[in-house]
Amino acid sequence: MGLAYLTLIPFIGAAFTTVSTRLGRYSSAWVAVLTTIASLSLMLPLINDVMAGQTIIQQTSQWMPSLGLNIAFRLDGLSLLFTLMILLIGLVVIIYARYYLSPRDSMGRFYAYLLLFMGSMLGIVLSENILQLLMFWELTSLSSFLLISYWQQREEASRGARMALAITGGGGLAMLGGFLLLGKIAGSYELSVILSAGDVIRQHALYPYMLVLILLGVFTKSAQFPFHFWLPNAMAAPTPVSSYLHSATMVKAGIFLLARLFPALSGTPEWTWIVTLTGLITFLTGAYIALFKHDMKALLAYSTISHLGLIVMLFGIGTPLAVVAGIFHIMNHAIFKASLFMLAGIVDHETGTRDMRQLRGLRRYMPYTALLTVIAAASMAGIPFFNGFLSKEMFFAETVEHGSGMALPWLLPLVVTIGGIFAAAYSIRIAHNVFFNGETEDLPKTPHEPSRGLQIPVEILVVLCLLIGIFPAQIAGPLLSVVVASTLQATPPEYHLAIWHGINPALIMSMIAVAGGILVYRSRERLFKLQARFDGAFEAKRLYNGAMRRLFNWSSSITMNADNLSQKRMLWILFVAAIVMGASGFIVHDSPLAGTRPMLPIDPMSAMVALIMIAAGISTVIMHQQRFTALVLVSAVGLGVALTFIKFSAPDLALTQLSVEFITAVLLLLALFFLPQTTPDETDRLRQGRDIVIALLAGSGVAALSYAVLTREYTTIADYFISNSVSGGGGANVVNVLLVDFRGFDTMGEITVLSLAGIGIYAMLDKLKLLSPKQDADGRPWNPDTHPLIMSTFSRLLLPLALMVSIFILLRGHNLPGGGFIAGLVTSVALIVQYLANGVEWTRSKLPSNTHPVIGSGLLIAATTGVASWYFGYPFLTSTFDHFYIPLLGELELASAMAFDLGVYLVVVGTSLLILINLGLIHQVSYQPRTVKKALTTPSAATDSGKTSSRSAVIKKVMPWKH
Amino acid sequence: MEALISLLIGVLTAGGVYLCLRSHTFPVVLGLTLLSYAVNLFLFMMGRLVIGQPPIISADASGYADPIPQALVLTAIVISFAMTAFIIVLALKARTEMGNDHVDGKDVS
Repeated sequence: MGLAYLTLIPFIGAAFTTVSTRLGRYSSAWVAVLTTIASLSLMLPLINDVMAGQTIIQQTSQWMPSLGLNIAFRLDGLSLLFTLMILLIGLVVIIYARYYLSPRDSMGRFYAYLLLFMGSMLGIVLSENILQLLMFWELTSLSSFLLISYWQQREEASRGARMALAITGGGGLAMLGGFLLLGKIAGSYELSVILSAGDVIRQHALYPYMLVLILLGVFTKSAQFPFHFWLPNAMAAPTPVSSYLHSATMVKAGIFLLARLFPALSGTPEWTWIVTLTGLITFLTGAYIALFKHDMKALLAYSTISHLGLIVMLFGIGTPLAVVAGIFHIMNHAIFKASLFMLAGIVDHETGTRDMRQLRGLRRYMPYTALLTVIAAASMAGIPFFNGFLSKEMFFAETVEHGSGMALPWLLPLVVTIGGIFAAAYSIRIAHNVFFNGETEDLPKTPHEPSRGLQIPVEILVVLCLLIGIFPAQIAGPLLSVVVASTLQATPPEYHLAIWHGINPALIMSMIAVAGGILVYRSRERLFKLQARFDGAFEAKRLYNGAMRRLFNWSSSITMNADNLSQKRMLWILFVAAIVMGASGFIVHDSPLAGTRPMLPIDPMSAMVALIMIAAGISTVIMHQQRFTALVLVSAVGLGVALTFIKFSAPDLALTQLSVEFITAVLLLLALFFLPQTTPDETDRLRQGRDIVIALLAGSGVAALSYAVLTREYTTIADYFISNSVSGGGGANVVNVLLVDFRGFDTMGEITVLSLAGIGIYAMLDKLKLLSPKQDADGRPWNPDTHPLIMSTFSRLLLPLALMVSIFILLRGHNLPGGGFIAGLVTSVALIVQYLANGVEWTRSKLPSNTHPVIGSGLLIAATTGVASWYFGYPFLTSTFDHFYIPLLGELELASAMAFDLGVYLVVVGTSLLILINLGLIHQVSYQPRTVKKALTTPSAATDSGKTSSRSAVIKKVMPWKH
Repeated sequence: MEALISLLIGVLTAGGVYLCLRSHTFPVVLGLTLLSYAVNLFLFMMGRLVIGQPPIISADASGYADPIPQALVLTAIVISFAMTAFIIVLALKARTEMGNDHVDGKDVS
């Protein structure tokens, strides 16, 4: 479990950092430091085993076994290297950021994002299951989006963040496809299976597709050509972020995956060609462009791209020695590049600019920083005694070796040496141009040495550069051999870490690169002028922006064509589409409309109810302009529906329908008070005709469908529920047992939706001021006797009886018609009657009007009942029941599902009351009954006038308060 | 009986669809109510028409109506109440913010 906790800790820390800012500005930095140290300390006990060559695999739990998705962690040499890099460089960056961020920046937010990222990154390198790995992979994309856009007010920050997310997210999508194929080919998503199934994987017919998909993910993440352009744009992030994500960790995630899957995927011509060529092109273009960037961070970004290309190329070459070189360079690059980014941050922090056309001669003001920069840059240039030299020389040696097998053995070393020349040139530039190169003039700030807090992190890394550079075998040797062994899944090759290997081609190439770099740097002014002519001609960013713009225009034109902001039109399209699809079903299959199931005879009572409902339904439509009348008619239909349920053996439904009908009617009446009492006449007869046609088609379609279904036999799964209801659920009322037991999880969802609707309504009504009409549509004042005495007296007498009935319904619901939903509705009805009869003020003084706690406790009870079954080792919401003997009451059956039903009850009561009370409260505020002598406008006059003037008359009539 | 019930569902659907296509909020709410009656009845009828056999287990019952559509419709009734409430309050909110009760927030046209 250790590795799972190790990964989890940063996520927990992220939650704490945001809270901790209340304790002071810097407390979040402390939380971040402690979090990192906690993760590190979990790692320490495992290091010895891993260094001894063991692979630690911890199966934590099965998440979705049917998909092959397990939570499993793996720690071997390769993951150890990355874990150490993530945590140690993370620690250094956390300290650096503490001094770097200005007082205007929110520290809590920064560290929360940073720890989120750290956790996601740890998840990638420690995952045993590749699907789990992919989830963490996407999490790094998301958290890096947050980090890049940390300075939200800056336009380029949000643009850069979007770009990074689009590119890496798109790559992640491709990789998902690749991983699914890989899992299918290998027969498992576990790395230990995949890594040992290399031969099967490489011979599979789907191998090329899978490889390309996975490489798309790798190349986008590791900023390989042609996806490299997001990285320079991500430099809008604060410098600590660039130092962490864009040098040491996130961009290395792609390379980590190359190394991780190396034993499974490498060794085919496809692998060698695609990976080597991509790496080479990236190495060259990155090195070339970097020299011409005047922004220090942009230069570093392109140099990162170039170094990533170098590493990718080494993995493409794929010999064991190339892998050694690649891994060694991963280490070295992370160290010197992170320190260089921090140094660029220091320069920016102290001078206010990163533009190298402005910066010069800073050594006079910050000599110590200058020294640190020179060391880090020397390492990047590949100068002996610095760590970059060692791995770069190994790289040169590998290209010579690889090139010797080709038709033109000198070509690859030559091309690579040219790249090396540019690499040396930009490395010299970042040190010389900024700190030497004449005297400073007109800087935004007078520079001076930064605070120690900014220097110490850099010092740590720079000392490492030197130590590894001088004593490679002692410092880096042991770790390197373990990492290589776990990457290759084989014994590491013979290699020798030393500065001096004698005069060989690689050393000569190194010397040419450095010497050439000096020459190129000296003639930089001429090159800059030359380059300025081509500026922006072939920029991948422009292609990307153009493509994005077209995509957005395209999608918005589709949206605007479909939706002209008219609800009628949207509904119209929806209904017609439904009719067309339904009709096509009827037309394509030519079976008869009526089936063979014998029909029930019509009895006079049912015929009468049905005809009344049909008549009420039609009248609702005809009279809909008279809103109050239509409301009464629609309620009549609702009562008819309740009768229909009774008739056809559904007593539970009938009870529910009846009580809902009452609440809905009250609700609509309350609402209607604030709305116009009539609907104006239609002006567009053509549209009205069209709507009638649509409605008739829809109606006949549904009628035909119902008829076709009702006259056919069917098979049902209900027998299972009916035969298991008593024995399995402990209740005779199958509908209720279904709701609270068999399908309890659905009900859980439904009451959650119900509460959400209630809270949504509460939010909408909060602070809503409604204009209350002083009189009704005909200009008559409201009845001043709002709460008739007889009604209020009776309602108070009825309340205890009604509550008793509702509790009775609740308790018996498991065996007889009733249950939480119905009892809840009955209770609401009983309480609403009090509000209606006695007024909101009176009732509020007796009853709490805030029903949020009721809803909350209802949900809590329902959820607790579900969780309680876990405690007994059963799945969520498994119910149990037993028979109890209680004196006086006799034998009583209690099922745990009844507690769940109680939760349902509370949610229903809470929500329906919440809605109605709040609407009622608005009434209370706005409703003042008073006698008005005579209406200002006589409505009868309005009806006679012509169409145009009648509209204003209608407005007057409908909204008398407007005058 | 089956034909009569089908006719009933058809009429309610037609009325609901027509009212949903109106341009003022209140008729649309009424239309939704009618439509949800029709839908609930339709779903309920998927268990076919059974008279006098409620799905309550007892020794002397001759048979049971299908409880599954009933359980589905029971929650559907409650949810459609919540939906109606939400929409009518939305209509009130729109009425105050836009100054009219047109579904698109436009003035009466």
